Amino acid sequence: MEAITVHTGTTIPLMNNNIDTDQIIPKQFLKNILKIGYGKHLFHDWRFLDDGSPDPSFILNHPERQGATVLISGENFGCGSSREHAAWALKDWGFKIIIAGSYSDIFFMNCTKNGVLPIILPLDARKKIATISPEEKITVDLPQQFVECNGEKFNFKIDSTWKQKFINGTDDIDITLNYSDKISKFENSMPSFS
Amino acid sequence: MGKTLFDKLWEKHVIAGKPGEPQLIYIDLHLVHEVTSPQAFEGLRVNHRHVRRPERTFATMDHNVPTKDIFNIKDAISLKQIETLKKNCDEFGIRLAEIGSEEQGIVHVIGPQLGLTQPGQTVVCGDSHTATHGAFGSIAFGIGTSEVEHVLATQAIWQLKPKTMGIHLHGNLQKGVSAKDIIMALIATYGVDFGTGYALEFYGDTVDRLSMENRMSICNMAIEGGAKMGMMKPDQTTFEYVTGRKYAPKKMDEAIEYWQQFYTDDPTDYDKVLDFDVSELAPYVSWGTNPSMSVPVSGSLPDIADMNFQRAYDYMGLKPHMAASAIPIQWIFIGSCTNGRLADLQEAARVMKGHHLAKNVTAWIVPGSRTVKNDAEKLGLDKIFKDAGCEWRDPGCSACLAMNPDKIPAGIHCASTTNRNFEGRQGKDARTHLASPAMVAAAGIHGHFVDIRQKEVI
Ligand code: SF4
Repeated sequence: MEAITVHTGTTIPLMNNNIDTDQIIPKQFLKNILKIGYGKHLFHDWRFLDDGSPDPSFILNHPERQGATVLISGENFGCGSSREHAAWALKDWGFKIIIAGSYSDIFFMNCTKNGVLPIILPLDARKKIATISPEEKITVDLPQQFVECNGEKFNFKIDSTWKQKFINGTDDIDITLNYSDKISKFENSMPSFS
Repeated sequence: MGKTLFDKLWEKHVIAGKPGEPQLIYIDLHLVHEVTSPQAFEGLRVNHRHVRRPERTFATMDHNVPTKDIFNIKDAISLKQIETLKKNCDEFGIRLAEIGSEEQGIVHVIGPQLGLTQPGQTVVCGDSHTATHGAFGSIAFGIGTSEVEHVLATQAIWQLKPKTMGIHLHGNLQKGVSAKDIIMALIATYGVDFGTGYALEFYGDTVDRLSMENRMSICNMAIEGGAKMGMMKPDQTTFEYVTGRKYAPKKMDEAIEYWQQFYTDDPTDYDKVLDFDVSELAPYVSWGTNPSMSVPVSGSLPDIADMNFQRAYDYMGLKPHMAASAIPIQWIFIGSCTNGRLADLQEAARVMKGHHLAKNVTAWIVPGSRTVKNDAEKLGLDKIFKDAGCEWRDPGCSACLAMNPDKIPAGIHCASTTNRNFEGRQGKDARTHLASPAMVAAAGIHGHFVDIRQKEVI
């Protein structure tokens, strides 16, 4: 997993509450058997018109927003289906950071596995960040746990384990395989009724 | 200070890690389906890893399978996913209930039906409705594909222990009101994220009286209230349900003795308690684009509270203040992991018997598994549905998420026994209205919702 420490980039605000993973990546794109290539389908039903052409009014299609790396959103982001394709699609499009009011538990975990940093900030802070111009950059400092926008700093909280995972870009399975003996010991102590 | 059901289950499964930090939890049962697993198996292959305990994983095909002409999969990419799962299961030694087999069906229907799901377990699956299995008194939650890979490789998972919320359900349901209405009413009252960060436990005299099928319908939709898991304490009803099933424990008496330790000592042990009296509850129907946008069928649609409501009204083509019973219904769908079990089909058939669908209503009945289908046919339910003008299909997720060709056309209002009414969930621009099996069946007969508590309507 790619490590994240200090990141500077431009933003895209999508301030609706309860943006679900069906919207982030509709089911017709879940048929692939790879982890890559979902970015072109991100927010598909909002992004494209019925004839398949890009909807110029949707913010992801605005020319001045291309290259943005930080998504600003509402409450309960990523609710609904557990599909990790949602995290893959956000990452594949280019998002490295999400700043929302809250997240669904499963989506949050999926972000921690893919190097997409989910940050929680209160509404007033997000409103300020959402109104900056498309060219303006914000800085996210994970070690120091703050977002800097327009000279203003907003602190955020994050569990120290997930924080270290992002900073080191570690592979979970390798870590857990170090616990193999403990897992075996656990298995030997389990009740069996077969 | 006592312990909750959740605390007791959690403690039994912790392998490593301190409280307050992510802890390594052992996984007893891992269920797998074709959509969220290919990348996980590929990850194992690339890193030369094996499946630690193949006998603890069980796979089936449900999301992508056709429910008509099942061996003729026209979509090349769906076919590829199905073939990939078969290949992966062969290679890694995992049991598979494949398309056409007696055991195949929606993953959350077959787990309990085969006796794989048992009290006292931890259950995961790459699917958010894994919460369903919590009805047996287990910790059951959905995971992403990276976690699927992690569980395959290690039979364990890192999780931060959630807080606990007890939901006290008490009172007798009125005739015509079902378990589905309870969970829809809870979400309508407390919102789509009231459970975020919590493990829910439903308890109380209402729960004690519910059948396993009905308990599963409630836990199934915990995720629609934001909770990764919903659970209920195992009791005599649970033990009787598990007994005699194919993969149930051989030493049943010993197992039951072990399972009986799993209950909450006292309601004060929860971090939070909600109290919910179900005795006055009406049947619920959803009008909008998330499950909290639901109202009693006897009520009317709400004011436009904010931009989210405006957007929902625009999508659904409805207006504030109209009566819920005036929502026109042109399609009905009965099935899914929420309401695709035998008891659900019986409920729907009871309403439909001797009636015919209203003019211009199309109806799809999709049993949750091959066994449900066979059992229903033994009871003659298929005939009741067909006589009413419904299509009787093969098992799968079908129009619950419309990944296969089973899609509701754009603009059509579909009364559906499923769990999600998101934009485009049942097909592009399709308009989903969630309700119970009996309510959906009655809506099909009338061409609009009716309050099935009133005897004269059915
Ligand atoms: S029936 Fe619907 S909700 Fe259930 S597993 Fe299938 S797609 Fe998901």
